Amino acid sequence: MKTYNNKAWWLVLPVFALVAFSAIIPMMTVVNYSIQDIFDPNTRYFVGTEWYREILADPRLLDSLLRQFVYSLCVLVIEVPLGIIVALSMPRRGLGVPVSLILLSLPLLVPWNVVGTIWQIIGREDIGLYGWILNSIGLDYNYASNPRDAWATVLIMDVWHWTSLVALLCYSGLRSIPDVYYQAARIDRASHWAVFRFIQLPKLKNVLLIAVMLRFMDSFMIYTEPFVLTGGGPGTATTFLSQTLTQMALGQFDLGRAAAFSLIYFLIILLVTWVFYTAMTHNDDKG
Amino acid sequence: MAEIRLEQLAHSYHSAPSEPADYALRRMEHVWEQGGAYALLGPSGCGKSTLLNIISGLLTPSEGRVLYDGKSVNDLTPQQRNIAQVFQFPVVYDTMTVFQNLAFPLRNQGHSRERIDLRVREVAEALEIEPLLNRKAQNLTADEKQKVSMGRGLVRDDVAAILFDEPLTVIDPQLKWRLRRKLKEIHQRFNVTMVYVTHDQLEASTFADKIAVMYQGQIVQFGTPRELFENPQHTFVGYFIGSPGMNFLDISLGTSGVEFEGRALAVADTIVTQLRQVKAERLQIGIRPEFVQLVTPENAILHGHVDLIQDQGTFKIVDVCLDTPSARVIKVRIGEEQVVPEGRVGLSFPAAWQRFYVDDRLVEGTHENL
Repeated sequence: MKTYNNKAWWLVLPVFALVAFSAIIPMMTVVNYSIQDIFDPNTRYFVGTEWYREILADPRLLDSLLRQFVYSLCVLVIEVPLGIIVALSMPRRGLGVPVSLILLSLPLLVPWNVVGTIWQIIGREDIGLYGWILNSIGLDYNYASNPRDAWATVLIMDVWHWTSLVALLCYSGLRSIPDVYYQAARIDRASHWAVFRFIQLPKLKNVLLIAVMLRFMDSFMIYTEPFVLTGGGPGTATTFLSQTLTQMALGQFDLGRAAAFSLIYFLIILLVTWVFYTAMTHNDDKG
Repeated sequence: MAEIRLEQLAHSYHSAPSEPADYALRRMEHVWEQGGAYALLGPSGCGKSTLLNIISGLLTPSEGRVLYDGKSVNDLTPQQRNIAQVFQFPVVYDTMTVFQNLAFPLRNQGHSRERIDLRVREVAEALEIEPLLNRKAQNLTADEKQKVSMGRGLVRDDVAAILFDEPLTVIDPQLKWRLRRKLKEIHQRFNVTMVYVTHDQLEASTFADKIAVMYQGQIVQFGTPRELFENPQHTFVGYFIGSPGMNFLDISLGTSGVEFEGRALAVADTIVTQLRQVKAERLQIGIRPEFVQLVTPENAILHGHVDLIQDQGTFKIVDVCLDTPSARVIKVRIGEEQVVPEGRVGLSFPAAWQRFYVDDRLVEGTHENL
């Protein structure tokens, strides 16, 4: 007869409890909110999918969703190639290595709201360096009144803040390529472009996957910087999804709609990340 | 196609080398003739790969010159030297197919499509990787990848030389033998200089016409496998080549001639005279296990008892522990059918196979006088 010992399950319990409290229970609370209409703690009605249907038809939300996608796309299109270029031009040995690593890490250490404040000041046309220069060379720049300028500023702010992350990830990826690959390429008389195209880029694929997913998720959830810089304005030019959500949940205390919105938001991020992941790894097991 | 000459070549990874130990390669003169198949044999860390990288131009020597057909190439990059090199571990371009991998060096040189196609198929056929040509390189097994790496080296037919840096390390034994034969065939067909780095003497002797044995950053002997076996110029060659390696005994010159721990060895008078003339810190006699004879104790000068018998299938290796104070072990290689005597045995060193070493170097002439 075989003796089964299931005591090992007890060892899993702490992790299970942790995950339950940190993810499953809060998430289920949101699901719970999203299918009810709550007036006060004692008055609530089950409304099924009504909030979802309403949300998906709300033009304010669709606007901000579109804006959010365009923004994340811009972030990726600028930060990923720029990060790769920075990583490629970083020194591989000597004193330059720690110096450039420290310089690149600095922006990552600055808190979001501080980044917003910095750019709010630097972009001002009267006392801000950046705003003053642009205006004095004849460009009419004003992030507070011009939607295009506000957009550009939020984007530049993100590029300033986060390109380092992509660059550092790529740099670590580049450092892990064995020298023999470069030696073989020299023997094969490969051009610099060919070295990048056939050695560096394929070997960077995994870190780029992480970089793209991190930058997509983060930029898709951007909140603090535009909130500090413009408060979402002018008009709704820089009101991104999370700000719309906050206005709904806290400003209007519309818990049901906000919960439904949150879940849709979550699913979009999950879906897009999955699409990125699949697209970037689908070639791996093909002969 | 070129003759490769190393002139006063030395290399150190230190910025200011002062003593011999600082050098990865000690000063050397060497010539690899055009069209030869050479092996560079030595233990790990003896400087083989360093030498190879200097020849190909991946490394610039700190001293001396590398000449291709009499012209210095010290300042030329590997690209300009037009040389092919195959590395120890497979290097393939993951995103390319096998065909594209093989075609890559040719495309970089701007050859025509027809020519590329022809060469790639020729090399793929020689390496037996034709069925893989349309496969993505990253999904190949390690030995398939290594064949592709080798193929990229072989595909260019205008190279000065092809250098192999232990290319068969990742290949399984059966295939190893076939690939070595292939390389040899390819060498005969294209008449290109090949230098093959390895630490395996069998690999070296099946591939190469001449073997350079490296030890502590120096080429200690350059010769045919037979020369290395019969007349090792350095005790290291004697020890490293052969299975098992040469037996060495520290000897001294006494009143009765050559002595080992007080016992006079049967050595020709001419040699004793010659040895008396050299000034040495260390004097050794070397003899291959193949040539040591087991004789009856009455007819021998050295005696011992059988310590261990290893049956290798076609031959036996007998460890004889000498009954001298140091209790040194002499290895004797005998035929499978030969009976090993029990108890006390005698050993005899035939004069024709005695070799004498002064401070690890063969004493010239001691083997020719006989």
